[in-house]
Amino acid sequence: MKGKNTLLFFLIVALIAGLAFVAINGITIGTFSISPVKDDLKLGLDIRGGVSVVYEAQTDESGADLTKTMEQTKQIIGRRINELGLTEPVITLQGDKRLRIELPGVENAQDAINVIGKTAVLEFDLVTGSVAAKEGMDVSEFEYERVLTGINIKDAYVSKNSYNQPIVAFKLDSEGTDLFAEGTRKASSNGTGVGQIAVVLDGKVISAPTSRVVITSGEATIDGNFTYDTANELAMLIRGGALPVQLEEVQTSVIGPTLGLNSFNSAIKAAIYGIIIVMLFMMIYYRIPGIIASIALTLYATVVVYVMVGLGATLTLPGIAGIVISLGMAVDANVIIFERLKEEMKVGKSLRASIDGGFHRAMSTIIDSNVTTFIAALILFAFGEGPIKGFAVTLMIGIISSMFTAVIVTKSLLRFSLAFTDRKKLYGSRG
Amino acid sequence: MKTINFMKHYKLWFVFSGAVILIGLIMMLVNGLNLGIDFTGGTMMQVELAKEVSVQEVADLISDFDLNPDIVHSGVDKTGVIIKTKQSLDNAKRIEVFNVFKDKYGIESKDFSADQFGPAMGEEIRNRAITAVLIASVFMLIYISIRFETVFGVAAIVCLLHDVFFLIAIYAITGKSISSSFIAAVLTIVGYSINDTIVVFDRVRENVKRDKSKDYFGIINTSVTQTMTRTINTSLTTLLVIGALYVFGASSIKEFAFPLLVGVTVGTYSSVFIASPVWAVTRRYLGKNSHYASK
Repeated sequence: MKGKNTLLFFLIVALIAGLAFVAINGITIGTFSISPVKDDLKLGLDIRGGVSVVYEAQTDESGADLTKTMEQTKQIIGRRINELGLTEPVITLQGDKRLRIELPGVENAQDAINVIGKTAVLEFDLVTGSVAAKEGMDVSEFEYERVLTGINIKDAYVSKNSYNQPIVAFKLDSEGTDLFAEGTRKASSNGTGVGQIAVVLDGKVISAPTSRVVITSGEATIDGNFTYDTANELAMLIRGGALPVQLEEVQTSVIGPTLGLNSFNSAIKAAIYGIIIVMLFMMIYYRIPGIIASIALTLYATVVVYVMVGLGATLTLPGIAGIVISLGMAVDANVIIFERLKEEMKVGKSLRASIDGGFHRAMSTIIDSNVTTFIAALILFAFGEGPIKGFAVTLMIGIISSMFTAVIVTKSLLRFSLAFTDRKKLYGSRG
Repeated sequence: MKTINFMKHYKLWFVFSGAVILIGLIMMLVNGLNLGIDFTGGTMMQVELAKEVSVQEVADLISDFDLNPDIVHSGVDKTGVIIKTKQSLDNAKRIEVFNVFKDKYGIESKDFSADQFGPAMGEEIRNRAITAVLIASVFMLIYISIRFETVFGVAAIVCLLHDVFFLIAIYAITGKSISSSFIAAVLTIVGYSINDTIVVFDRVRENVKRDKSKDYFGIINTSVTQTMTRTINTSLTTLLVIGALYVFGASSIKEFAFPLLVGVTVGTYSSVFIASPVWAVTRRYLGKNSHYASK
């Protein structure tokens, strides 16, 4: 029995040490290899460098229309980012009319923002008021009804009109074809038989052709004062996907990779120093239980990083705060157990009975305090955004890992440790 | 261990906390809070210049932009500068600023960081954070009421609110900029303070079951004394980790560790000196009329 428990104790310790070693250094056995966990951990923009931009759509749309517009905008921006050849872009809708774009590790953030944010909102607007649209006019200067936007345009290219001037020819998708047919029908049925459909780019009329016939073919041209180059540019913008809505940059974070990684490395180093100091403190103060707590903490740290990698969670600076808090709670769980253990020994119980009793009584404390904090983390995850979410994720992972390591690992090791000593003094008893 | 009479001076703790919060509120009304660009809208640019450049030189360099900026050094060797302005500069404008530095010091785009917040964003971030904390409080109150009893839940939430106000007061008094690091501090408080409070309350709950005397002040004294070693050791170890981050971390980590230090300290103080007395006083006030229904 004694021998078996001693063996189990050291087996667990060796296993944890091995796991931690692999996590730090990686391992290669033949063709099988695990890279150091540091390489697999996804680092947030605030650590790794990169750019995050939040755009707000300037629109009065709401409900299903807005949702559709935002989805389209997201797709188009996704296409533009792909054309830039950026890796791991994250594009998320935030709230109703916001779009958060994250480009980790991007080399030239400013140029990237320029390309992504280029609005190029193209609209075909049916003029409904008495004021006619003219080239160069602002859309606010006349009354109109939107017929379709650039999203419905399937292809665009430079062509020539009968006067040999460059024009932009375009083809519509099936929805666009229907919308355009409807628009041209309305234009030609307004009593005079002649309606006007203005072509509006970024809020300015670039062409104001009149429309006399209903166009159902889904193909048409834009006349304007184009040179070949300006026509080509417009065609390109339309092809690349003009955004269906104007975007305003409401929040940006550009983090140079040097700045980010430096602070990350210093944080890692600092955290390692901190943990070593904590372990020393625990070993000096609690003796054998302190050593066991240090082993449990090593496993805790390893589990947290592996779970983060497994879930594909991103580590951010607030995320580090979450880990620090949960590390505190992991230490706390051990401290609560050891203090209870001391109390049990004080009333004269045997070491074995004290360990069982101490555990039993510490459990309700640990469960209640962890569950309460977990509830807070869960709500912050559900209702928070950006940095708050990052904090909540690591806090939740940390709480679960700390419960596991404190409860199962500390308890088993404490019991097994009885195999090689039964001196209460080594367990923190003063008596 | 000899039982320490924590309840003896409970009014003093209330007065102390009340005074700190009051001074904070007055300072806030007089000076206003030093709101970071996350809350007011604006732009922060950080440039790594690889050598120390005087603030005046940087100010002259960018004077054409009329930013009315705050300029401070960053980094251990002061080789970086942080430029803050209340104006929300768009990408094109930021590139112009970057180019000025590029022409003069030959920096690359990787040496340049920027944060920009539109004017409405700050209010929204704040409102969302407040909503999240309030909803979290409600759910924690429900859980504590079920596992303990309502008075514990109320005392825990009072303690939580105390912490948040105390924190705002500290920021108002020290004039530290309220930015995303402040949110980190609030979150730390929500996480740590509640955990700490519950551990003390757990012992109170246990002692209430054992001690039918309804001497709530005495129960608090016993419970807080019994959990004292744990409270000190846990706070100490947590503070050691955060302290290491503060001492060994780069400047951005330092700035980030400060609110955590404050959060853990305030959280520990309040669970002993605010949450516990609030429970005892409320319990005694409800007193003989209501029977105790601890689970």
